[in-house]
Amino acid sequence: MTAAIDIATVWAFIIAFAVFVYVVMDGFDLGLGILFPLFPRKSDRDVIMNSVAPVWDGNETWLVLGGGGLMAAFPLAYAVLMPALYTPMIAMLIGLVFRGVAFEFRWRTRPSERNRWDIPFFAGSLVAALAQGIALGAILQGVHVEGRQYAGGWWDWLTPFSILTGIALAIGYALLGATWLVMKTEGELRDKAYHLSWFLLFAMIGAIGAVSIATPFLHIQYTERWFSWPNIILTAPVPIAVAAVTVLLLRSLARKWDYQPFFLTLTLFALSYAGLGISMWPYIVPQSITIWQAASPENSQIFMLFGVAVLIPLILGYTAWSYYVFRGKVKAGSGYH
Amino acid sequence: MFEGWDAVVLARAQFAFTMSFHIVFPAFSIGLASYLAVLEGLWLWTGREVFVNLFNYWLKIFAVAFGMGVVSGIVMSYQFGTNWSAFSDKTGPVIGPLMAYEVLTAFFLEAGFLGVMLFGLERVGHRLHFFATLMVAVGTLISAFWILSANSWMQTPTGYAINADGQFIAADWFKVIFNPSFPYRLVHMVLAAYLTTALVVGAVGAYHLLRDPHLAGPRVMFSMAMWMATLVAPIQIFAGDQHGLNTLEHQPVKIMAMEGHFQSHKDGAPLILFGWPDQAAGKVKYAIEVPKLGSLVLKHSLDAPMAGLDTVPRENWPPVAITFWSFRIMVGMGLLMLGLGLFSLWARWRGTLYDSRLLLTFALMMAPSGFIAVLAGWITTETGRQPFTVYGLLRTVDSASPLAAPAVASSLIAFIIVYFAVFGAGVVYMLRLMAAPPHHGEQGPSGNTPTRAAGITPAAGTTRGAAS
Repeated sequence: MTAAIDIATVWAFIIAFAVFVYVVMDGFDLGLGILFPLFPRKSDRDVIMNSVAPVWDGNETWLVLGGGGLMAAFPLAYAVLMPALYTPMIAMLIGLVFRGVAFEFRWRTRPSERNRWDIPFFAGSLVAALAQGIALGAILQGVHVEGRQYAGGWWDWLTPFSILTGIALAIGYALLGATWLVMKTEGELRDKAYHLSWFLLFAMIGAIGAVSIATPFLHIQYTERWFSWPNIILTAPVPIAVAAVTVLLLRSLARKWDYQPFFLTLTLFALSYAGLGISMWPYIVPQSITIWQAASPENSQIFMLFGVAVLIPLILGYTAWSYYVFRGKVKAGSGYH
Repeated sequence: MFEGWDAVVLARAQFAFTMSFHIVFPAFSIGLASYLAVLEGLWLWTGREVFVNLFNYWLKIFAVAFGMGVVSGIVMSYQFGTNWSAFSDKTGPVIGPLMAYEVLTAFFLEAGFLGVMLFGLERVGHRLHFFATLMVAVGTLISAFWILSANSWMQTPTGYAINADGQFIAADWFKVIFNPSFPYRLVHMVLAAYLTTALVVGAVGAYHLLRDPHLAGPRVMFSMAMWMATLVAPIQIFAGDQHGLNTLEHQPVKIMAMEGHFQSHKDGAPLILFGWPDQAAGKVKYAIEVPKLGSLVLKHSLDAPMAGLDTVPRENWPPVAITFWSFRIMVGMGLLMLGLGLFSLWARWRGTLYDSRLLLTFALMMAPSGFIAVLAGWITTETGRQPFTVYGLLRTVDSASPLAAPAVASSLIAFIIVYFAVFGAGVVYMLRLMAAPPHHGEQGPSGNTPTRAAGITPAAGTTRGAAS
């Protein structure tokens, strides 16, 4: 039994890791789509698309790993959460269809159909980001479970809190997108991304604050987790670190640095994510199902653990290589001759 | 709206719809990835320009097909949970790991090297680029391995136990992965993907040769495709026959439905060529049949007794008419492919491979035949598994999510509208790419290098993948 507990915990961290890598890699990618209407020039849009075209489907593969891994390692959680999140999940999937195909389709349109895939790219990205944030909020507020099944309706997820988390995540992704552009582009496009980053950073701090304030009101357990003694010794560093990173981020923007804004924004995401983990642990469906209750039998989890131990480092290796191959600034019109 | 509808029927319709759209893209990209690897290998080996032109030509088409495969595939990976949550809970411990391995060993490999394959030739050099192409091709095959293992386990489950929560758990992973129908299904599907791609490549070649029989690129692709049809179509028919015999052993009820055998036959069953299976009446109306041939085909003996659906409780019958007819459509396509292969062999021997308008027109008409055969084959095997999701063990009605009918109806309508609009556009873009013949100095998707120079992006002055 001890071994089973340990493996379930390991798997909880693996799934959390996969979801976080997804957020890191696809967050800026979706953010670029959200910012698309703010860059009306076709040449700017081409550069924005170019900056991510070689890597976007690798980024989205982490989402497949998150979903597939959840089904394999915690099938009960997958079986309860997916029907509970039916509408946001379907909306996310359809959003991803639109934005994903836009990467290829955009280059296949005739001049007369120019920009036909720009609106789907923007709308698909925005819908996917909102849906992911809404799903997160809906999980945090808990779902109605009876036996081994979801027992609520198909609109239960819709609350002011889930809308708030949806908007918060979309803002966060937009900030990632803007700081990505600061890092990957030059000239006017980069200047515009700078200005947007300022605005979006304040919006994101506001969003983190609003979600942090609202969360303890959802359940008494969240309040106790964060504010009761001695928990507070462990939880207090999180908001302190958020404040510190925000200061660093403001400084890096003020000094117009290339790389720091993007990576500090990722750090903000990591801290918010850690906060989410603190709130939820050890539940995988808050207030209903713990990771141990949802866990697959030990032999399923061990069988996959071998693969994960060998393959994840390999995957991270060749993914890093692919980013390395396409490193540096994306120049408008470079390669044209 | 939709309150009176059956939520499970709607969920099945949604899965069938999204799956049918999805399978078309991997079936094409599995074959095309291997074809691209062969073309690039031939280019590096021989240095002939025609091969790199063909490589770049098909790479652009591959990029579009692959993108559609990715996004329609993400939908599938979540749909198990959204619409088949009871199934996911019960089978997650067994088929979940197979799908997780598919992601870890295949999807990441494909996606990780795809960027380099599409845009990286001038950045990484020829050898490393060829390696990337090989990794993408191998990734598509590894993906087929795992997902067909998972599907085959649902058809012929072995190596499992059932725990206290009613979940299937693995007792023996080797038996789970290499379950009895898996080797047959894998061979049959991979060959199907290769044939599907060959028929598209052949049709595009034929299309251009009908206009100008001297074009170098179309001649090479047409000749390669016709060799594939000639050699692989007979192998595929043999593999399909072996798969059928395997099905007879492990899923006899599916064979009864495929053959329209409502009645048992003690001394030799007929082969029903055509007819209209009437499920309610329990017989095939207007049947055109050859006596005893059914036993000969399936048992290799004229007088072998064959059990019919009358030995099976009605609640365990699959939908016979769909299974019966989709099987015939698949077989019909296979025979046409065989015919095309033989015709091309004859024309090749006569020296008229590139000039025979009859052959070229036939090859052009056969463009969609691979897709039709793949869809018909999948409909046969999946419908024939009904009314179970895990054959004989878990019923479809006990597999669905506890969702209200309006929820599923809404998502189904949304998928239908979005898929026809989006993937319809994608098919149009692919057809446009195919409508122009590959030419001297053909460019790849990045369009910013001498071998893959500008011109495919509508915007002069900007190119994709032109980082730093």
